[in-house]
Amino acid sequence: MRPLLIRGGRVIDPANGLDGTADVLLDDGRVAAVGPRLSGDGAEVLDAAGCVVAPGLVDVHVHLREPGREDVETIATGARAAVAGGFTSVCAMPNTDPVTDNQAAVGFIVSQARKAGTARVYPIGAVSLGSRGEQLAEFGELVGAGAVAVSDDGRPVATAHLMRTALEYALTFGIPVIDHCEDTSLSAGGAMHEGLVSTRLGLKGIPRAAEDVIVARDIELAALTGGHVHLAHCSTAGAVALVREAKARGVRVTAEATPHHLALTDRACEGYDTHAKMNPPLRESADVAALRAGLADGTVDCIATDHAPHPYDAKEQEFDNAPFGVVGLETALGVALTDLVGGGALTLPALVRCLTSRPAEIAHLPAGTLSPGAAADVVVFDPAAEWTVDPARFFSKSRNTPFAGRRLKGVVRWTVVGGRIVHRRGDAPGSPAGP
Amino acid sequence: MSGGRLGKDLLGLEHLSADDIRLILDTAEPFKEISERAIKKVPVLRGKTIVNLFFEPSTRTRISFEFAEKRLSADTVNVASSGSSVVKGETLVDTARNLEAMRIDMVVMRHGASGAAQFLASRIESNVINAGDGKHEHPTQGLLDLLTIRDRRPIAGTKVCIVGDVLHSRVARSNIWGLLKLGAEVAVCGPQTLLPLGIGELGVRVFRRVEEAIEWADVLNVLRLQLERMQAGYVPSTREYYRVFGVTLERLERAPRDLIIMHPGPMNRGVEIDSRVADGPHAVILNQVTNGVAVRMAVLYLLAGGRPELAESAKGAPER
Repeated sequence: MRPLLIRGGRVIDPANGLDGTADVLLDDGRVAAVGPRLSGDGAEVLDAAGCVVAPGLVDVHVHLREPGREDVETIATGARAAVAGGFTSVCAMPNTDPVTDNQAAVGFIVSQARKAGTARVYPIGAVSLGSRGEQLAEFGELVGAGAVAVSDDGRPVATAHLMRTALEYALTFGIPVIDHCEDTSLSAGGAMHEGLVSTRLGLKGIPRAAEDVIVARDIELAALTGGHVHLAHCSTAGAVALVREAKARGVRVTAEATPHHLALTDRACEGYDTHAKMNPPLRESADVAALRAGLADGTVDCIATDHAPHPYDAKEQEFDNAPFGVVGLETALGVALTDLVGGGALTLPALVRCLTSRPAEIAHLPAGTLSPGAAADVVVFDPAAEWTVDPARFFSKSRNTPFAGRRLKGVVRWTVVGGRIVHRRGDAPGSPAGP
Repeated sequence: MSGGRLGKDLLGLEHLSADDIRLILDTAEPFKEISERAIKKVPVLRGKTIVNLFFEPSTRTRISFEFAEKRLSADTVNVASSGSSVVKGETLVDTARNLEAMRIDMVVMRHGASGAAQFLASRIESNVINAGDGKHEHPTQGLLDLLTIRDRRPIAGTKVCIVGDVLHSRVARSNIWGLLKLGAEVAVCGPQTLLPLGIGELGVRVFRRVEEAIEWADVLNVLRLQLERMQAGYVPSTREYYRVFGVTLERLERAPRDLIIMHPGPMNRGVEIDSRVADGPHAVILNQVTNGVAVRMAVLYLLAGGRPELAESAKGAPER
């Protein structure tokens, strides 16, 4: 494989405190050098003038639906969608069918991802067998096969006792326990955020407290056990406040927020748009402001998409009957650049940090850095170029996005994994990946 | 079908203007008389085809619509969810498109999911009239309640309190929008478990005790307490509910003025309302039912493109 020389871009590498014009030389699947006017004899040269050159983006929360729902996404199509969106490492949630709760299931994901040969896919194992909330899964076996974290995502870790046990047991393996914070006795039957909009639309609401009480539970259990809890898709101002307070007293808690919770409010549900139906639900502008402030001050560690493919027919029905979830891999960078950086909530280097080094640290992934010797995973994007979201052009098999038709800033020019170009601007679904 | 000044569909009162609501009420006035005739039929909708699509059980509303349609000479078909292709797994939109392929003009739909009427309306050409969608709206009920109040006193300035399960009530929502737009003062009263979060932000007053509501109001609109609510734990028991929130004769006798008593039905006597009140001199519950037919005739007429100023002549002379 020829070396790659990415020339003249604005290199933003938060892991190394770098932000300035430089060249990046990739050789033999590794970062060879970052610096001014590098010479790359025999290297393929990518002209990155006007572009940002950053470590490949990292997403600790995606649903790739394989095995079980290959009709809506596969590991191959999900990984291809990831690199189209600039992501080079993604962590796949275990709520597949069957659930990823044993080494064979973990190994299957690793092997399917290797065959696909685009983004790196790191499996997340289940906390409990079948994610049923009863018996602890075999973390040792899961980690041995390649799992980087455990979660019962899609539902919360069922009881405080199970959460305590999971946090304690995970200490042996140094992995985070990721929780979907939802008190299901408060949220049962709910379809959207409980507030004025749900009252007007006559839809059953999910109160903020359904999230906050489990966030509080998990924080206290992390404090008790010394375990690392990572809170998935935080959506409320209360969750941000609880995490901020917990971090101040040294609790090992990290948190993520999704692009849609950072960009949209429950008003997106007006007209019963099922593409605005997700769990946790879109909240109110005060929550959006709190999440943005939390990202800016580091309370919220990272942005994760919660990429959740669903078939067309499932969303083309009555709001109450439609499933929760939206796809996000191909719009995350654009939404973040447009609404967070463009809106002044976050600087560009801070955003890159939330999408690279921070999530990589949370899941202990060998990613999110351009240090010499690191894996040659790089994204080159034009932060000013604009495009219009057209779900028909997604690489994902699914189209369920709330951002269809939105004009976004930030176009991915090249995505490189292991020194190989796996996505170029203008690639269309169905075209072979890479050169 | 194009629709007249109201647009293609009637989905709710939230997005109607006060003028549009008054237009429907004014149009209903001349239609009241048709139902008093020996031969209750005028040729206003002759040749129009209307499907009454009821995915939830309904007696009053379905029959009221059917009478309204028949008295305007429309051809009607009733489809109930049991015994239709819905039980075979057909989606709502496929059911509607199949009906439309038979070249119908209007659909009157009752559905258990909030937003179902809007979902349907945006996907078919026919006029859609919402006959109740989930917990969202029941606009013709709201309109007939307005007409019933207006028969007795000007709506503007009237104090109307909706008592009971506001949380799950589409009737409450349509009433709130309609009453506020026409200048009434609106309150809700019930246990907080049955009041939606943030209801006060809609511009209504909240009473936690029914005695306070009775002292304040000119009109009580008493909602049905569905028995499922007890199972779901919103209220401990019907006995307790009646004791604390029941609209009883004893409570009304202490009111500073005579209250107009309304109920959208079906009533649970001895749960939300005392029989002596329901059958008493100030109850207008059966007047509501009578007005329901006239209001629905007006809505059908206007959505079919009928001109409001011609409603009086459109109804014509009694057929002999």
